Amino acid sequence: MKDALHAEWTKLRTVAGTAWLLLAAIALTIALSAGASSAVSYSSTGSVVDTTKLALTGISLGQAVIAILAVEAISGEYRTGMVGMSLAAVPRRATMLAAKAAIVSVVTLAAGAIATLGSVLAGRLILPANGFTAAHGYTLLTMADGATLRATVGSVLYLALIALFSLGIAAAVRDGATAIGVVLGLLFLFPIVAVLAPDPDWQRRLQQLGPMTAGLNVQVTTDVHELPIGPWAGLGVLALWAAAALAAGAVLLRLRDA
Amino acid sequence: MIGTAASYRSSMSSDRDGFVWLLRSEWTKFRTVRGWMVGIAAAALVTVLIGLVAAAGSDGPCVGGGAGSAGPDESSPCQPPVGPGGEAVHDGFHFVHQPLAGDGSIVVRVTSLTGVIPSDDEDPAAAPQPGVEEWAKAGLMIKDGVTQGSAYAAIMVTGDHGVRMQHNFTHDLAGRPGAVSASSPRWLRLARAGDEITGDESVDGENWTTVGTVHLAGLPSTVEVGMFVASPDHEVTTQSLGGSSTDSFTTVATATFDDVGQEGQWPRGAWTGDDVRGRTGGLASDEEHDGSDGTFTVSGSGDIAPQVAGPEGNTVEQSLVGVFAGLIVLIVVGTVFITAEYRRGMIRTTLAASPQRGRVLAAKATVVGSVTFVTGLVATASAFALVGRMRREKGDVVLPVTALTELRVVVGTAALLAVAAIFALTLGAVVRRSAAAVTTAIVLIVLPYILAVASVLPSGPAQWLLRVTPAAAFAIQQSIPEYSQVGHDYTPLSGYYPLAPWAGFAVLCAWTVLALGVATILLRRRDA
Repeated sequence: MKDALHAEWTKLRTVAGTAWLLLAAIALTIALSAGASSAVSYSSTGSVVDTTKLALTGISLGQAVIAILAVEAISGEYRTGMVGMSLAAVPRRATMLAAKAAIVSVVTLAAGAIATLGSVLAGRLILPANGFTAAHGYTLLTMADGATLRATVGSVLYLALIALFSLGIAAAVRDGATAIGVVLGLLFLFPIVAVLAPDPDWQRRLQQLGPMTAGLNVQVTTDVHELPIGPWAGLGVLALWAAAALAAGAVLLRLRDA
Repeated sequence: MIGTAASYRSSMSSDRDGFVWLLRSEWTKFRTVRGWMVGIAAAALVTVLIGLVAAAGSDGPCVGGGAGSAGPDESSPCQPPVGPGGEAVHDGFHFVHQPLAGDGSIVVRVTSLTGVIPSDDEDPAAAPQPGVEEWAKAGLMIKDGVTQGSAYAAIMVTGDHGVRMQHNFTHDLAGRPGAVSASSPRWLRLARAGDEITGDESVDGENWTTVGTVHLAGLPSTVEVGMFVASPDHEVTTQSLGGSSTDSFTTVATATFDDVGQEGQWPRGAWTGDDVRGRTGGLASDEEHDGSDGTFTVSGSGDIAPQVAGPEGNTVEQSLVGVFAGLIVLIVVGTVFITAEYRRGMIRTTLAASPQRGRVLAAKATVVGSVTFVTGLVATASAFALVGRMRREKGDVVLPVTALTELRVVVGTAALLAVAAIFALTLGAVVRRSAAAVTTAIVLIVLPYILAVASVLPSGPAQWLLRVTPAAAFAIQQSIPEYSQVGHDYTPLSGYYPLAPWAGFAVLCAWTVLALGVATILLRRRDA
C-alpha cells in the first residue's frame, strides 16, 4: 500500500495541470467568496444574513475545480493508456483506487484548508466595512466561534468528499467528459429542482437528498434548526454519496478490463 | 499541347473546399459515434424525466380540476380568470353599478380611502389594524358585464400611487400623485364615446385634467358603470435558504363617494352592489347608500390586476426544470465533439482534409447547433406538454399565457440549448481538455443561476449575476412580465429576470461569439 501511495503521489505531482488546478481551486474559491462578501451590505438586506455562509460562498465554485482534479486523476490515465501500467504495477485494483483516493483527498484537504481560511479571512476583512458590525449585531468572523469553526472545517471536509465522490464516478464512468458531467449534474440539479419544485415537502426531501444541498448545510450558522437536514447529518449524506460512488467505481474497476 | 499538361486539375477540388462538403463530413462524424447519439437521446429524455420528477411530489390545492370548494359564482385560484390579453388575472372587487346604454359619462367625488391591513409583517396573524395597501383602488369603472376577466377601463385613487387610469388589467397610466382625504378630495370622471373611454381628474370639480383616453375594442353598446373598491392581499414573503414562501392576507379598503353625476341613457333604477370575486373571497365587502346626501360608502377586497409569478411555482416555464439536466448532457456532447478529436489525433486528419481551420470550427458549430436545436425543440416541447399536463392533473396552479408567449418559451429554450452547446464546443477548442471545458461551460451557465436563486445572496447581487453571466439567457423562459402597477417581490427566486427575454438570450450569444473568436484565433495559431 505504501508503494501504491507513493506511486499515486508521484503521478499526481508530476502530471501537468495538478498544480494549476489546485491554484485555480484556491484562487476561484477565495475570489468568489470575497466577491459575495463585498456584494452584500447590511443596509441592502432586510433579513438576518448568515455571514459565515456568505463568506464561504466560493466553495460552490471551488468544488467544480476539485472535481476536475479528481476526475482527471482517473480519466487522464484512461485517456493516455497509463492505467494499464498502473494496474500492472498494482494489480489489486481496489488498492490502486484506495491509494488514489487517499492522495487526492490529502491534496484536496490541503488546498481546501487554504481556500476556506482565505475565504473566512476575506470575509473578516470585508464584511465590517459593509455594515456587518457589532452595532448591528454581527461579530467578526472568528474560529473561536463554534459554529464558524464547524462551518470552516466542514467546508474543507466537504471539498475532500466532493473529490472522493468525483473519483468514484470517474472510476465507474472512465470517460472524463461524461464523468464530470455526471458529477456536476448530480451536484447542481438538486438545488435547482428543489427550488423549482412546486411542493414544499418535496423541496425539503430533495434538499435532504442532494449531495450539494445537504453537504453545504455544514456552512450554515443561523437558524440551524430550520434546515431540512442538520449540518453534520448533511455532510453525512454527501459522505454516503461519495462512498456509494467509490464502491460502484471499485466494483466496475474489478469487473472490467482496463 | 503544352497547355493541356499544365492545366490539370483534380476533379475533387471544386467541391472539396465547399462548406457544404465540410458540413457533411462533420455530420457524418457526429452521427457515427454511438456515444454522441446516445447522449443526444439522453438529453431529451432527462429533460422530460426530471420535469416529471420535480412535479411528482406535488399535491396541489386544486385536485379534481379545481371545482373543489369554490362555489359556483366564485372562480377558484386553480382556473384563474383570463383577461382580454390572454393573461391570467385577479378580478375581484366590490362594484356598485348601473347599466349604461350607448355613450355617456359619470362623475364622482372621492373623499376618503381607508382600510384594514395586517398589523405586523413579522406576525401577520395578529389583529389587523387600520391602514391602506399601497395598491388599494377606489374609483369609477366601465366594464363589459360583471364576469371576471371581462374588458374594463377605470379611473381611481390608490393607496400610495395617486390617481391612476387602468384598463384591461395590464395597462396603467399615472395621474396626479398624493393621497385622498376629506380636506383633499378628488373628482373623477369617466366618459364613453364609442370604443373610446376617457378618464379625467380634478381637485376642485371645475378644472379637469385628462389622465388618459383608452380604446376598448369590441365593447358592447350596454356596459356596467359605477363605483368600485378593491384591496389586494397583503403579501409577506419569507426567504429561507434555497427557497421562500409567500403568505397572503386578506385586506379591506373602504372609500366614500358623493356628488355622483351621470350623463347619457341610464335606467331609473337603483344602484346594484355586486361582489366580483377574486381569489380573496368574501370578506366584509359592503356598500351603504345614504339617499339623503347622496353618499356612498363602499368596502371591497380583492384586486384588479394581472397575476404574477410567485415562488410557489405557478408559471408555465416551471415545467421546463428538466432543461437544466438536458443542458448539462448537451454541454458534454458539444465539448467532446471537438476534444475527442484531439484525444484521438483525429483533428490532424480533419485539418489535413480541410486546412482552413476557421471553417472547420464553423462547420462543427453549425452541426452541433443544428442537432442540439432540433433535440432541444423536441425535448422542451414534450416536457412543456407532458409536465404541464401532469402539474394541472396534480392540482397545481399553472398561470395561462398567450400561445405566442408559450412559443417563445419553448423555441427560446431550444435555442438556448443550441447556443450553450456551441459555447461548450468553442470552450473545448480553446481548452482541448474535456473535463476542464465541460466544467467551465457548466460553471458559467448553471452555477450563476444556482447562486442567484438558491444561495444566501440577496436579490441585488443575484440580479447582477443574471445580467452579466451566460445564465442571463434563462430570461428567455420568463412567461409573465413584471408589472409596475402590481406590488410584488420581483426577484430571481420568484422567476423574474433583470433582463428582457431576448436581451438575456443575447448575453449568452455574446459570450459564445467571443469564445468563437478566441477559439478561431487559437486554432489557427497553435499546432493541432
